[in-house]
Amino acid sequence: MIFEVTPSQTVGPYFAIGMPYEGGHLIVPEGTPGAITITGTVYDGRGEVIPDHLIEFWQPDGDGRFVDVHGYGERSTLDGFRGFGRYGVEDGDGTYRMLTVKPGRVPGPGAGALQAPHIDVTLFARGMLNRVVTRIYFADEAEANAADAVLQTVPAARRHTLLAQPVDGGYRFDIHLQGADETVFFDL
Amino acid sequence: MSTAERDQGRETGQDEVRQIYDPVADTPSRYRRSPPEANPPLDYPPYKSTQTRHPKQPLVYLPHTVTEITGPQLQQAVRLAPTDSDLTVQHGGEPIGERIIVSGHVYDTEGKPLRGTLVEIWQANAAGRYAHRWDRWAAPLDPNFTGAGRCETDANGRYEFTTIRPGPYPWGNHYNAWRPAHIHFSVLGRAFTQRLVTQMYFPDDPFFPYDPIFNSVRDERARRRMISTFNIHETRPNWAQAFNWDIYLRGPAATPFEEAF
Ligand SMILES: [Fe+2]
Repeated sequence: MIFEVTPSQTVGPYFAIGMPYEGGHLIVPEGTPGAITITGTVYDGRGEVIPDHLIEFWQPDGDGRFVDVHGYGERSTLDGFRGFGRYGVEDGDGTYRMLTVKPGRVPGPGAGALQAPHIDVTLFARGMLNRVVTRIYFADEAEANAADAVLQTVPAARRHTLLAQPVDGGYRFDIHLQGADETVFFDL
Repeated sequence: MSTAERDQGRETGQDEVRQIYDPVADTPSRYRRSPPEANPPLDYPPYKSTQTRHPKQPLVYLPHTVTEITGPQLQQAVRLAPTDSDLTVQHGGEPIGERIIVSGHVYDTEGKPLRGTLVEIWQANAAGRYAHRWDRWAAPLDPNFTGAGRCETDANGRYEFTTIRPGPYPWGNHYNAWRPAHIHFSVLGRAFTQRLVTQMYFPDDPFFPYDPIFNSVRDERARRRMISTFNIHETRPNWAQAFNWDIYLRGPAATPFEEAF
């Protein structure tokens, strides 16, 4: 017998009561060699920042290893690596900040293929009845990006919306829910 | 499974219908994609805030690769404490309201329980007011109630919270808009693909017909999956009422052919 899923509902305006936790933005501990900051701002369809959003990252370490607790693949040995970050800026300026390392390449889709470095991103907010999912790729990985099977399925004119741009100390990745630069969101 | 079957399983101490997820052997390489009516649309005009907060371009199909079929566990990061699951003991005194026990299982769509997965909740107090500075409507705060809880599912995939029944509350979506009473739930699951944030409702809430968020789920059977059930057998005499609510996360895709990439 197959059961149907429990439907999604909006995270609402008051998630900050329960969702954030101390150090949630620390995908790696402070002081980790090679740590970078990924920062960005989330915009709505009027081009205004969304101050009450909740964003989560999931990624492997620099060697392409996950901290998947269920034992999938070779486990990351990076000290204190969580692979997961959560940032909820309910009273902020719409800008998130994660401390992490640049992810390594991981296999797939299909046998023998390697993906370009990427981070899976979930975004929740009031006014969103379900999460939206996107991927962060890196603008300075042109060669790997050109060979990435997922990125190649994205219309060429929209691919730039998935590229984090190098900035001092890390990368910048803004998210636009609508508009000329609407971020590519995935059907997961 | 019927209540009778479940009760029988309990009496014999066995559950032959459910099988526990084996963490490695049961790691699916692809997850089942839900039919569109199972979830609310991102663009739903009766809920006005969706207007500027839904993507207008079509979503791009994402195959399930290793990044999507792996996932985090946060018990260490959030420093889970036993009192995190009892929202009535987090302050010096007893919060005001109807004491309730909310419990259930986290399953995947094959009915396999997910053990050790993080369940997080947040909610309004008995008067329908959130302990959040943006919530300013004319209902009292309760100094003994914050309204946030966390726990992990046990070896059978079961979670349990003790809390106060939240009140309904007004909001600004339209004239005289009220949210039915609800508890916000967040479940990590075991894979990025299974992540779920939703709301649990209470049986027979009179506000159901008027709430665009509840009704954004267009399929009636799907809506029913968001409503808890009252369970007299799990009430604690002279102590607390009991509500049950099972959560179903996405399970494995049926066949390797379901998602050709
Ligand atoms: Fe709420």
